[in-house]
Amino acid sequence: MHTFSHRHFISAYQLSREDMLLTFRHATEYLDFLHSSDRKKDDLSGVSVVLAFFENSTRTRVSFEIAAKRLGAEVTSFQSAASSVSKGETLLDTILNIEAMKVDILIMRHLYSGAHEFLATRHGYPNGRVMGSIINAGDGQHEHPTQGLLDAFTIYQKFGAAGNGFYSDGLKGLKYCLVGDIRHSRVARSNIPLFKALGAEVAVCGPGTLMPPDLDALGVRLFNHIDEAVEWADALNVLRIQHERMEQGLIPTLREYISCFGVKRKHLQHKPQLAILHPGPINRGIELESDVADAAQSLILSQVERGVAVRMALLKLIAENRTRK
Amino acid sequence: MNIYFRNIRILSPSDTIDSQTSLWIRNGEILHCAPNEVQTDADTIVVEAKEMVCLPGLFDMHVHLREPGQEYKETIETGTNAAANGGFTGVCCMPNTIPSIDNAPTVEYIMNRGKTTLTEVYCCGAITKDRAGKELAPMVELLEHGALMFSDDGACVSNPEMMRRAFEYIAPYDGLLSQHCEEHALTEGFAMNEGAVSSVLGLRGYPTVAEEVIVARDIMLAAYCGNRRYHVSHLSTKGSVELVRAAKQRGQRVTCEVTPHHFVLTDEAVRHYDTNAKMNPPLRTQADVEAIIEGIKDGTVDAIATDHAPHAVHEKELEFQLAANGILGLETSLGLAMTYLVHAGHISLARLVELMSVNPRTILRLPEIRIQVGSQANCTIIAPNKEWTVDVKKTRSKSVNTPFQGFVLKGKPIYAINRGKLWHCDC
Repeated sequence: MHTFSHRHFISAYQLSREDMLLTFRHATEYLDFLHSSDRKKDDLSGVSVVLAFFENSTRTRVSFEIAAKRLGAEVTSFQSAASSVSKGETLLDTILNIEAMKVDILIMRHLYSGAHEFLATRHGYPNGRVMGSIINAGDGQHEHPTQGLLDAFTIYQKFGAAGNGFYSDGLKGLKYCLVGDIRHSRVARSNIPLFKALGAEVAVCGPGTLMPPDLDALGVRLFNHIDEAVEWADALNVLRIQHERMEQGLIPTLREYISCFGVKRKHLQHKPQLAILHPGPINRGIELESDVADAAQSLILSQVERGVAVRMALLKLIAENRTRK
Repeated sequence: MNIYFRNIRILSPSDTIDSQTSLWIRNGEILHCAPNEVQTDADTIVVEAKEMVCLPGLFDMHVHLREPGQEYKETIETGTNAAANGGFTGVCCMPNTIPSIDNAPTVEYIMNRGKTTLTEVYCCGAITKDRAGKELAPMVELLEHGALMFSDDGACVSNPEMMRRAFEYIAPYDGLLSQHCEEHALTEGFAMNEGAVSSVLGLRGYPTVAEEVIVARDIMLAAYCGNRRYHVSHLSTKGSVELVRAAKQRGQRVTCEVTPHHFVLTDEAVRHYDTNAKMNPPLRTQADVEAIIEGIKDGTVDAIATDHAPHAVHEKELEFQLAANGILGLETSLGLAMTYLVHAGHISLARLVELMSVNPRTILRLPEIRIQVGSQANCTIIAPNKEWTVDVKKTRSKSVNTPFQGFVLKGKPIYAINRGKLWHCDC
């Protein structure tokens, strides 16, 4: 029996294929439980969980909060635009203060890449030490690993051994394409290693200005037009286009973006078995036509539903690992 | 300060004695320097120096001593102590002080503070007022007060017209302009080198081309303005090495320096968001490191400079994006250069002396150091084969920001001697 041995969950690269499948196994059970009339478990009874969100979030924060509460944890949550940084307190000091209140699991979202790893490792400095477990709910443009896990779980349930069994060995052979702003996307940076570890082939599709400088480093192939991506892929994960990218001059016009990279009704007509994911929030009419979001092929709401189950599984595994130690 | 080295070797361009020599320094002056032994007096320390080599005093032409203005990071006293501890008998400090070195009183202040220290302190004046790139600083006045070169270090002179004017203005004095080469339009919000590692870490990258477009532009401007003297600060990319090499081949008076961290580390050191690996220019790739070493070997690179940049813990112990750029350099420079250049088989110890002592002084037009009877002793005694482990707890700097903690190095400074003072290096 495989054991989950991670104290923190900061990056998708931490997880082995076995870790993922174990998480999915628990998530499957929790998903059944969420559909039952019994609404509360005690797996995390007595465990103190703090949600520290230094950046706006609705979906992820609510999802984590529900997951932790359903497991019986004591949950405290705060959202702070720029944290106390505006008051001159460093992130480390803020977190050390929270730690001093004897928190077991800290679920944090932060606007800067690497904030979680910085807290977890404390490079070479002598004073203080972060004692609890840290779960990454999104760090800058680096990673959003629980989003990656829930995306993978959603696809795994649909296509993998747990679903139609089309891909009986993880997601080996699945063709998966992320569409849109890869360069600035933490969702993409977590999706890529997770899907690859499960055996999927991963591609990206979007304008050159929204691609990371080195695609080889991420081990993905590139499509320059949505039609090509649709032709190739079994599933698309369509990312949100931020209006900021227009202001930065990275996209000339939305009209041109939609024409080259928007997912349209015609794509689903052309390929009815294509699965559509989107991490939300969606811009209807931009990265996907409204009809696409609501189509039978769209797994958007099932992603959200599975998000709670996956986060429950992860919290349970991390809490168990803490007691084991 | 009276010290006698028995069986030392002397390695200095005009004075090399590559056999066992007795070297007696008394009251700061070289009294004896020959193979034969002499009887010393009672107040002379005698050092068995069979494993040691005497070099002309090391010179670091690119340091940040932080005074005036940011004395919480470093002062001229602590900075020169760190310099002596690393074997340096001379440094040239960059103008990003507060106020910046764009006025004569600040030059005077710094030179005065460094008047009695073992390590000599020289100034690099600003090219423009407040290093803002808008109006020329009074470079002639700065020159007259002792500034040895000019740079807006850290704030590259972006406007080519301003840089052209600077070349033209300083031409009658044949002054040296130096540049921190960074096209800011290409580096906004950067945190590290742009490439494979930044793609995975989700950090905004600083592309190599942002350095190279300025190196190329300035080389062209320097040529256009009548083959002006130009020095590239802390060059970090393969493309920049090629640009400088080509300019030298054309006969341009272009020189450049590299830092130890740019020939020892790559952007892999940033992989875990270690802010002690954050600096500007950022750590590059293996291909850049190899090109820099090639440039060091073939003479394209003139000098090793540290870009010694102390920062307080609270400025480094932060999210990577927010952490200050820069690392300590003075106490690890010789050890890193010995280990990664000399012992790695890339260059000879004689070439290292050029890079770390002779060339920086020549570029800055300081007098040649002689190691001969009758000269004032200005020298660095090193143990080229001594292994040691970098321990930042021993630093004489006020700050501790180094990515080299725990590195095992081969080659260590033992004494710095200058201005009648002796420093026993313990780094």
